[in-house]
Amino acid sequence: MDFINAIIVLLNYTIIPALTYGSQLALGAIFVTLIYGILRFANFATGDMMSFGTMFAVLLTYYFQSLGINLGIFPTALITIPLATFMMILYMLSIDKFVFEYYRIKKSPPVQLAMVSVGVMFVTQAIIRIIIGPADRTFLDGEKFILKASEFKEITGLNEGLTIKSTQAITIVITMIAVSIMFWFLNKTKTGTSMRAYSDNEDLALLSGIDPKKVVLITWIIAGILATIGGVLYGLDKSYRPFVYFNNMLPIFAAAIVGGIGNPFGAFLGGYVIAFAEIFLTYAYKKFFTYILPEALEPNSMMQILSTDYKFAVSFSILVIVLLFRPSGIFKGKTL
Amino acid sequence: MAFFEGNKMTAGYGSGPDIISSCSINADRGEIVAILGPNGAGKSTAMKAMLGLLNLKSGSVLMDGKDISSLSPQDRVKAGISFVPQTRNVFADLTVRENLEVGAFLREDDVNKVIEDIYELFPILNEKKSQKVGELSGGQRQQVALGRALMIRPSVLMLDEPTAGVSPIVMDELFEHIIKVKETNVAIIMVEQNAKQALSISDRGYVLVTGENKFEGSGNELLNDPEVRRSFLGA
Ligand SMILES: Nc1ncnc2c1ncn2[C@@H]1O[C@H](COP(=O)(O)OP(=O)(O)OP(=O)(O)O)[C@@H](O)[C@H]1O
Ligand SMILES: [Mg+2]
Repeated sequence: MDFINAIIVLLNYTIIPALTYGSQLALGAIFVTLIYGILRFANFATGDMMSFGTMFAVLLTYYFQSLGINLGIFPTALITIPLATFMMILYMLSIDKFVFEYYRIKKSPPVQLAMVSVGVMFVTQAIIRIIIGPADRTFLDGEKFILKASEFKEITGLNEGLTIKSTQAITIVITMIAVSIMFWFLNKTKTGTSMRAYSDNEDLALLSGIDPKKVVLITWIIAGILATIGGVLYGLDKSYRPFVYFNNMLPIFAAAIVGGIGNPFGAFLGGYVIAFAEIFLTYAYKKFFTYILPEALEPNSMMQILSTDYKFAVSFSILVIVLLFRPSGIFKGKTL
Repeated sequence: MAFFEGNKMTAGYGSGPDIISSCSINADRGEIVAILGPNGAGKSTAMKAMLGLLNLKSGSVLMDGKDISSLSPQDRVKAGISFVPQTRNVFADLTVRENLEVGAFLREDDVNKVIEDIYELFPILNEKKSQKVGELSGGQRQQVALGRALMIRPSVLMLDEPTAGVSPIVMDELFEHIIKVKETNVAIIMVEQNAKQALSISDRGYVLVTGENKFEGSGNELLNDPEVRRSFLGA
């Protein structure tokens, strides 16, 4: 019994939250890696672009709510995703048209494009500030829990309760669907193949008749879809604080680099690597050990490796270690 | 007048100096033409100029009597000119089959038939079709590069050092493949470091030095020319 209780503690406080957070990071990391693999620069506006898309989902959710439109037990935000994604893609394409394209045609070095993306980041932040402001907003409605701790205890008779928030289940399910569709697209369609070919060997791709404009367009569209979905899922799960997305760029870049930058599948796995590392290293295991150890050995301390204040240090350390020892990422394979 | 002609081409990279000057190369269908010369002579540059990868300052490129000098490289590929570059001539992260498919992106018809033909010509590619090209040996990669170039069923094939970095046995094998392609009535121009072997399978050859035509003649003529032998064939 104690053993099962211990497992439930882990599931409840580490594994399920890590799967959720990992999914959100994975979507951001695939975004980073796609832009890097095809447009060939590190996009520092990633976090704020995710925030930008989410902002529309928040505003539209409020609008739908005011009209009395909702999804019953599901969050209203889900029906806003297509429209929010559309706005996001429009924004990305206009930024590309007015900013990035110029440097791409000039064949500027990647560092220059990265610096330009820092400028785009500031502009995006300013637009968000003007449109919605910096305040913390909740836009989650519908049923909050799939499984409540008390219900779980009642059903199983265990001491420990297992809670599954609907945002957690929605995050994991939607991420799996979105990522599967994306990989199917990249690997099985002609357009996907041309994107991978372009990322692999641009000159040869051009000679094979691959249209670079189309590749760039499709890349922004896919990136826009992933960024909006990732941003909305994160906002639903935690609440929408516009400028937190900027901070999330550290774990997102860490995930992309751990997975081997330019490799979408690596970025996907990298999201979970970072999330699990962050949560496993900052979780206080006292309760867990109380269950599995005999009473005499029960820990007095919190049994926490790192304070949660240091969670960004985890991503940062992983990032540094990977860059030092396995700069091509910890998974096999190179690019798209 | 030959099927594919570069006439008195003068060109350089960007605003840099002329790399080739008044250089002329031509090939007819069903003919293998070798371009030889020391490193840095402008052999690759001459090929790129014929494909339109760099602009001509003067001179022209003709195909089947039509001036194609103003066509983009992509349009020249569409017109049936295929090119295998000296370096990075495959998609290393894609599978063998995907490499062939990308090679056929400019075709509108069913590519499966063409892929089957390529597999027949290079059986090893059929065997390795699902493997990433980056994991293949140098000789196998060159076959992928050739196969990819053949996917548009070109009438002109330009090969920049198709046997670079492969063993003599594999080189002979590749040359045999190239002869088979020539027999399908394709005009083949190839740059080669293995001058003797290349001339022995070529109908004609050119020797370029500092971007200019220095010698030209049939394969045998060049092989037996004492000056060419002394300076370029190492004997
Ligand atoms: N992309 C480029 N930009 C500027 N200069 C170049 C470029 N490529 C080649 N060159 C210059 O043009 C000259 C001829 O190069 P090219 O590659 O045509 O020689 P090559 O005969 O093919 O030599 P190799 O046998 O080594 O392949 C060299 O001096 C080289 O430095
Ligand atoms: Mg060369």
